[in-house]
Amino acid sequence: MNHPCACQTTLPSTPPPAELAAILERFPSQKREYLIPILQVTQEKFKFLSRDAMIHIAQHVGVPVSKVYGVATFYNQFKLNPPGKHTIQVCRGTACHVRGSDQLLRSFESELGVAPGQTTKDGLFTLDIVACLGSCSIAPVVTVDGTFHGRLENKDAGKLVAEIRKGEGQ
Amino acid sequence: MTATAVTAPVSQVLRGPATIADLLSGRPMDEAAKLLQAEQDGRTIVYVGLGTCGLASGGMDIWNKLEELNRSGRIAVTLKKTGCIGYCQHEVMVDVKKPGRPRVSFGSVTLPRLEKIVSSYLEKDELPRDLVLGISESYPSGPDFEIPGDWAGVPRFKDLPYFKKQLRIVLGNCGTLDPDSLDEYLARGGYRALAKALRMPRKQVVAEVTASGLRGRGGGGFPTGKKWEFAFSQDNPQKYIVMNADEGDPGAFMDRSVLEGDPHRIIEGMAIGGYAIGATRGYIYVRAEYPLAIEKLNRAIAHCREVGLLGKDILGSGVEFDLTLKMGAGAFVCGEETALIASIEGKRGMPKPRPPFPAVSGLFGKPTVINNVETFANVPDILWRGASWFAGIGTGRSKGTKVFALTGKVKLSGLIEVPMGITLREIIFDVGGGILNDGTFKAAQIGGPSGGCLPTSLLETAIDYDSLISAGAMMGSGGLVVMDDKTCMVDVARFFINFTRSESCGKCIPCREGIARLQEMLDKIVQAPESEKGNMTLERFKAVIDLRHTCETIRDTAACGLGQTAPNPILSTLRYFKDEYEAHIYDRHCPAGKCKSLLTFRVQPEACKGCGLCKKKCPNGAIVGELKHSHYIVKDKCVRCGVCQEVCPFKAITVS
Repeated sequence: MNHPCACQTTLPSTPPPAELAAILERFPSQKREYLIPILQVTQEKFKFLSRDAMIHIAQHVGVPVSKVYGVATFYNQFKLNPPGKHTIQVCRGTACHVRGSDQLLRSFESELGVAPGQTTKDGLFTLDIVACLGSCSIAPVVTVDGTFHGRLENKDAGKLVAEIRKGEGQ
Repeated sequence: MTATAVTAPVSQVLRGPATIADLLSGRPMDEAAKLLQAEQDGRTIVYVGLGTCGLASGGMDIWNKLEELNRSGRIAVTLKKTGCIGYCQHEVMVDVKKPGRPRVSFGSVTLPRLEKIVSSYLEKDELPRDLVLGISESYPSGPDFEIPGDWAGVPRFKDLPYFKKQLRIVLGNCGTLDPDSLDEYLARGGYRALAKALRMPRKQVVAEVTASGLRGRGGGGFPTGKKWEFAFSQDNPQKYIVMNADEGDPGAFMDRSVLEGDPHRIIEGMAIGGYAIGATRGYIYVRAEYPLAIEKLNRAIAHCREVGLLGKDILGSGVEFDLTLKMGAGAFVCGEETALIASIEGKRGMPKPRPPFPAVSGLFGKPTVINNVETFANVPDILWRGASWFAGIGTGRSKGTKVFALTGKVKLSGLIEVPMGITLREIIFDVGGGILNDGTFKAAQIGGPSGGCLPTSLLETAIDYDSLISAGAMMGSGGLVVMDDKTCMVDVARFFINFTRSESCGKCIPCREGIARLQEMLDKIVQAPESEKGNMTLERFKAVIDLRHTCETIRDTAACGLGQTAPNPILSTLRYFKDEYEAHIYDRHCPAGKCKSLLTFRVQPEACKGCGLCKKKCPNGAIVGELKHSHYIVKDKCVRCGVCQEVCPFKAITVS
């Protein structure tokens, strides 16, 4: 197989896995309007959008895979890689910035050894930034798996991470 | 939703499909109010503020504890969830309404404080005064309730400095109403305005909104009535009305609070708008990051369908109108009308050149009106109380009120609604209580990434669309971030440029390339000089030569609102805080001490005990020294992260 372009070879001959098929069934096919909702539901289920999932979705919606990829990479919500077990979101809203969230983010970066958007090698943590969580009165704010932690100082980054690591038996 | 009711009907007062005549007669309102009154007379009700900020402050723990106390039989109260009243500084807020007593609010409730409230007020009727914020308005007994004699000195909410200068229309119900209850909204006169509108010719509804002088609250301030007129005059059987709830502005959460706290108000506003322009279908484009708002909206929409407030034949008028919720996937540019449309259509959210305007050819090529949450939230009151009532509030060309998310270095941060024309000083010092830690005011950033920073000399600026534009800022969606003398204005500009750079969709060159160049220039001037060789110095001085010019070029040539307004944070800080840019460029000095790269960290030998903690923590091995002897920081290796200063137990590390 020596195709310069891979698109012919990547079209799956197999039907989508049952879980994905169940999702696709809920949406009318051949309607682009439902592309983003399908991607959202798929990501909610699988935590990220795999290459195969995007190919199946493209067939269902009736658009080229490149268009699906284009949409998936355009919006901040979509992740193309599996996230870590715990997600740490650092709010980078204006109020948090004014109260020192840039330093806080740096503390998390050095604590975890990854940049925002990346996952640690042990697959335990994903560090993310979010535009605004809307909890400006308790700035700077961080969420760990959806739980809010407000009025943090730089040193709290280490504490939070250590706490989770401890919970994981490390 | 009460703790006891399991499958309560959607509404106890609307039996069967609602009708126009019934709603206009005032019967549902009176009956709902009587039901609420009866509920309050019979039993103690405890309200817990469970908007996002309440939840973030631990509201769910309080709620669970109260449920547990209820189950154990220690207390017997009805528990209700409310949205956010905007007094975010004091979350978690718990309100208690005892029969025969006014509704009283407790602030910053933690579990120990809750115990005190339960043991002294719920069990013994003794008010723990130190925890009381004030007496909040309780429905339906109205605002002029009597304060009992033994409560002398407990303030009413409306007399607190934070609320005194506010005028709450959009936020009128937020924080006191149970957003899950249709009856509570009806008790406050809900859906009367829709009934009234349906009796009016469509054209007259549009005219009423035009006459009120309402302008778009999402940023630009385009007259809402005019937008509706364009769409109304299009001869097309299919039109759409869209609500922009994709609040992406960092530091703003006004829309979210309204969606969470009073979802029916928005549905009513949209239904009126849909009827006015002749749209049968509405879309709500809401951020996926607002799960609570989505939940409240979904429930409210389902309730409305059940009683015929939405559907094929709303209120028996023969008019069709229904709503679809679309979740935005996180792209700031989707706040731009044409990008939002592309996103609903399932495409990348990229703006298109206008014309054609969406009012002519919008969603799926049909005439479409797009308004912001706050705009729609104003509509029911305009219809019910009349255009002239609304036009009587505010200034010459800016009518009504504006909701701001007041945050930053201000004592009382939170959500406020003030009449147009109020001055910046009144907002920050009267409503907000002044600067945090009694610091010095430096600037107010208004309008988010599209807005600008206003200095002390402009504190008397009246808040309206036109005076803000001439001051170099803009109304924006309503973020108002207060900054003190520890905030570096170059850093603030850099922060916003960073944001717009990552949110630029990349379609047009001025925005995609220009903003990247702006960021490079700003990065250069806040960086430590690595060497004086090569082009380093020249690169830094680019900011002097090119910054303003590049900003102006982007402003004049970018394709959409995001790009055109992106340079505003730089232009406004260049205008009012030029000296700070000069200090960074010429003196390599950050007056606010914020730009770390320009700082020099030193160990004070007399204070250093040689514990070695800083040496251990330094990420770059820049600290040398023997145990029990004074340490030293190697300047060339120091990355100015500030860790050493943080960890030093003897405060021996100073910055200059």
